[in-house]
Amino acid sequence: MKIVVCVKQVPDTAAKVVVENGQVTWGDAPLVINPWDEYAVETALLQEEEHGGEVTVISVGGEDAKEALKHALAMGCGNAILVSDPSLKNADSLVTSQVLAAAIQKIGDVDVVFFGKQAIDGDVGVTAAQTARVLGWPSLTLVSEITELDPGSKTISVERSVEEGRQVVSGQLPAVVSVVKDIGEPRYPSFMGIRKASRAEIPMWSIAEVGVEVSEPVVEWPDLFNPPKQEVVTEIVSGGSPQETAETLAEKIIEEKVL
Amino acid sequence: MADKVWVYIDQFDGEAIPSSWELFGAASKLANEMGGGVTAVVAGADVQQVAELAVHYGADQVYVCNDETLKEFRAEPYASVLSGLASEQQPEVILFPTTSRGRELAAMVAVDLKTGVLPDVTNLEIQDGKVLATRPVYGGKLISKVVCNAQPQLITLRGRAFSPPAADSTKTGQVDPVAASVAEDEIKTKVSGYTESQKGVSLNDAAVIVSGGRGVSNNPSLEPPAGLDESEVEIWRAQEGFKLVGELASVLNAAVGASRAAVDAGYILYEHQVGQTGKVVSPDLYIACGISGAIQHQAGMRTSKVIVAINKDPEAPIFKMARFGVVGDLFEILPPLTESLKARLNS
Repeated sequence: MKIVVCVKQVPDTAAKVVVENGQVTWGDAPLVINPWDEYAVETALLQEEEHGGEVTVISVGGEDAKEALKHALAMGCGNAILVSDPSLKNADSLVTSQVLAAAIQKIGDVDVVFFGKQAIDGDVGVTAAQTARVLGWPSLTLVSEITELDPGSKTISVERSVEEGRQVVSGQLPAVVSVVKDIGEPRYPSFMGIRKASRAEIPMWSIAEVGVEVSEPVVEWPDLFNPPKQEVVTEIVSGGSPQETAETLAEKIIEEKVL
Repeated sequence: MADKVWVYIDQFDGEAIPSSWELFGAASKLANEMGGGVTAVVAGADVQQVAELAVHYGADQVYVCNDETLKEFRAEPYASVLSGLASEQQPEVILFPTTSRGRELAAMVAVDLKTGVLPDVTNLEIQDGKVLATRPVYGGKLISKVVCNAQPQLITLRGRAFSPPAADSTKTGQVDPVAASVAEDEIKTKVSGYTESQKGVSLNDAAVIVSGGRGVSNNPSLEPPAGLDESEVEIWRAQEGFKLVGELASVLNAAVGASRAAVDAGYILYEHQVGQTGKVVSPDLYIACGISGAIQHQAGMRTSKVIVAINKDPEAPIFKMARFGVVGDLFEILPPLTESLKARLNS
């Protein structure tokens, strides 16, 4: 079975991200693989362990995205590809999905593509569905469990985590799947994996090599700023007993007129 | 002449998702500035009454697509209906609610019509004839202004960021049926139903959220049933703790949230997680119980109007953002707090 995982490089969730002089900075916090994408890598590896085949991890980005790819290699992915091109500097989600779709076609005979739910930098969360739409493959987003995947009969059954509960869906392969956290805790890279990944030469594909004509980016970000400071004066509520404290707190909550 | 401003009404099982109505206030503001009225689109198997309700909320025209293939939500056939209509009628803006369905549809329509998606938007302005949207990024750590230089501009509005207009049953509008565009045998997925259906209020729509963290498993006075191993005891304790959280939530008609620590420890399903890798919420009242308030959690709830924190640790960072704090044991505070609020709300 041929599996592709799409990953992105982002600032660590613990980073204090701020805008300074019009530039986004996150101090000396590390860039890491997007945490959602680790779940996608884990899912891909579990499927490979069950059905055999190979897992290729792809990222669209600059040279620094190689670190995310190396993390995925260290977790156990067999191959990595970085699609990198100066023309992609301002790529929006539509452009990114067109590039990913073309790269997936170039890899060829892919059965299933895994994504994380969204990237924690832009929080856009549409690339998986868009890539599926470009490819004309079923889009199975927000998947919390793969109940069955049969490369022989080219079918997949999943549970999708939506507002009303878990939607039980089956579909045809090839398909694009985005996963949420309930899919299973991602493994840590092994020592051997880290050694192998650190020595890996990651092939870089340009837009010309992928062979795709991409749209002009249409989404622009004219401004980025720090959220207004919320001036909160904290009032610590206390009383002679928990009962009394609770009564006072209840009264204060009612006074705020939010109920 | 077709309207420039459209709204997509999300529905489940023939009932509109409440946040769909929030789109209408924003849409009529845009229409006032851009000219024309507001057109709504709703699709499903039996959604005629949703279309009529849309008129009451301010739609001048409604396209309604009733088709068996649209009974269960599948993004592909839904997107084809909307893309077909939009490429014919050329609206300038389509607003969606930020639900799982709204986001996925906007994503696919953007591919079909070669345009951009601006998801999870909290404010809209018009600048040079285009919509300038405000949206939080980096899990709410930063705010961005974004524009889409193609049409239609596809924008999903964050739940509770815009207020719904009052429905007016005397309003009239035109309701036009449209046909589905994809036949069942061309659709590559089948929906067989739902498991673990969510009970209670959803986090996205909730005006009040009561959340539990790691602290919910720390009730020393509880005696666990015999025969459980150490990790089972912890989960049992946590579930007992979440019962108290749930009781307060039910009195306040609130949704139940959780910190990442509580979800990771297996205390509660991921659907409840609030934070950078969970849901980003902004209720009127957020009550954090036994949550220390890591930066990732703060990112998900910092825009709540009033934050109440109950935590044993006076140094917990959550107190810095709380309007009211109680340094104490949630197991002692929550039961009388629930009783007291219940009594006050009933009186």
